[in-house]
Amino acid sequence: MNLFYLVAFLSVFFSLLVIFSKNPVYSVLYLIVTFFTFTVHYILLNAQFLAIVNFIVYMGAIMVLFLFVLMLLNLNKDTEPMKSGLLKIAGVVAGLCLLVTLIGSVKAMNLSQPLALKNPSIGLVKSLGKVLFKEFLLPFEVSSILLFSAMVGAVLLAKKEPKKI
Amino acid sequence: MESVTQTIQGVPLNHYILFSAIIFSIGVMGVLIRRNAIVIFMSVELMLNAVNLLFTAFSAHKGDASGQVFVFFVMALAAAEVAVGLAIIVMIYRNTNSTDINVLNRLKW
Repeated sequence: MNLFYLVAFLSVFFSLLVIFSKNPVYSVLYLIVTFFTFTVHYILLNAQFLAIVNFIVYMGAIMVLFLFVLMLLNLNKDTEPMKSGLLKIAGVVAGLCLLVTLIGSVKAMNLSQPLALKNPSIGLVKSLGKVLFKEFLLPFEVSSILLFSAMVGAVLLAKKEPKKI
Repeated sequence: MESVTQTIQGVPLNHYILFSAIIFSIGVMGVLIRRNAIVIFMSVELMLNAVNLLFTAFSAHKGDASGQVFVFFVMALAAAEVAVGLAIIVMIYRNTNSTDINVLNRLKW
């Protein structure tokens, strides 16, 4: 039980560092740590399949893509555009307003029963695979088309345009 | 495995909701206060992850596997979004030599 609060504190701390660090390379590195803490959360919820997928897809693929683009564009602290102080304060206040609204609505819902894992084997690869390939077979296949079109789109966008004569 | 499931038993469900709300608001703040397009993308990833964690918590609480399958689809969507978005950012950088979103202010209206 205490482990959840420790890991939650670490996630909040590192995600604050992500948005407040000046250097974008540090932002990416802190984001990797944040995603690692999310993986720990999934393990605590006994969602082992999602923990592995989060580890491989987010920390492996997506973060490497971010880091690669950042290195390719050679961004660092000197070229980092920053907003003025007033706009920053306004943004933080707006975010806090959203947070207060969300917390208020959660309080109004008034649910406080402790989390109970009724069926602990639900997040295992075996049971999740059965659901994925029986009830969600069509969305699963459609997501392959989505990934394919994203791949084609990324290649088309990032390709250098040929010089017009 | 038993000890892992034992550790989580006492945490109230609304603490998970509060935690996800905090992470989501941090993502919103990041979108609002930064001007670098890549950092804004990273904040969007934070928001997606907050929602994913809440989906998983509810799914584990209700004993319904559909929530975790949804998280899987959200992850596939995030991968596609990041690939296309970073390609767009690379193209913007090639044309304007910066990733500052204020360069694109003519898209506003």
